[in-house]
Amino acid sequence: MKIRKSAASGNDKVEMQMTPMIDIVFQLLTFFVMSFKIAVQEGDFNVKMPLAAASSAETIEELPPIKLRLTANEKGQLSGIHMGERSLPSFKELNAAIIELVGTDSGPSSLAAQTEVEIDADYDLRYENVVEAITAISGYVDKTGHIVKLIEKLKFVPPKPGDSP
Amino acid sequence: MAKRKKLDISAEGDMTPMIDMTFQLIAFFMVLLNFAEGDQDARIKLPSSELAKPPDAALEAPLILQLTEQGNVLVIGDSVPVADMSRYLRTEAELIKRQQKPVAEASVIIRADRGTKTGLVQELIKKCQEQGFEKFALRARQERSRSP
Repeated sequence: MKIRKSAASGNDKVEMQMTPMIDIVFQLLTFFVMSFKIAVQEGDFNVKMPLAAASSAETIEELPPIKLRLTANEKGQLSGIHMGERSLPSFKELNAAIIELVGTDSGPSSLAAQTEVEIDADYDLRYENVVEAITAISGYVDKTGHIVKLIEKLKFVPPKPGDSP
Repeated sequence: MAKRKKLDISAEGDMTPMIDMTFQLIAFFMVLLNFAEGDQDARIKLPSSELAKPPDAALEAPLILQLTEQGNVLVIGDSVPVADMSRYLRTEAELIKRQQKPVAEASVIIRADRGTKTGLVQELIKKCQEQGFEKFALRARQERSRSP
């Protein structure tokens, strides 16, 4: 039987074929690079709203809600902010008014925790204005970058039947 | 004259550092690939808020409603007007009930476009309420806080 020379010599270097591996690795890399997307962080404003706006006997002791009225012009842009009887020029002023009203104390027994805001917005008002209003009501970012929470209990006035187009 | 014998020298670069780096890059992009952003939709431009911070714990099996600027809700590749949402919401509520869970405890995430009419958002909320949903989360895009 013929013995192979190369096997006998023992000097041959067994080289791994790198090309297919590098091909696959680059394909993987391309896939991950192309599917990479810088995701914008999102957050939620939690609103608990039962259907019948449960203003039942158990809530008698609670404070009456602060009524916030947001009006819109014919283009859906914000035209007025009214907190109760008070007219406010901007959401910054609204935030200041809320702080003035409930203070900056937090905790379950604080005034802010017991107060509720009822948002009554015009049907055509752009939704971003409502979110701005909720932001102004819910809190603010202090100088150190921490979020100070104010009123978190929110509810909407149900849309009036005549409002819808 | 003696002819020089041709030398068989193949110049091979060392592949190891390149492969190391490539694997590190793959690992980096793999870790950053976020599959959880499946609920995001490019058609919805969320309103921004500096208080919109991601929740500490994700909501358990929430119902996500994407409301476009035109007033349609995107559900499973379909675009349904808010007025016709009752049937879909009833089905969702039935599914929750079949899992022996209270509908009132289920969370509804509303991803409404910044330009949509507030009345449409309220109508959508009302339709959810009619099916027994009580917990709503109005989603907003995190905005870098303004310098004081």
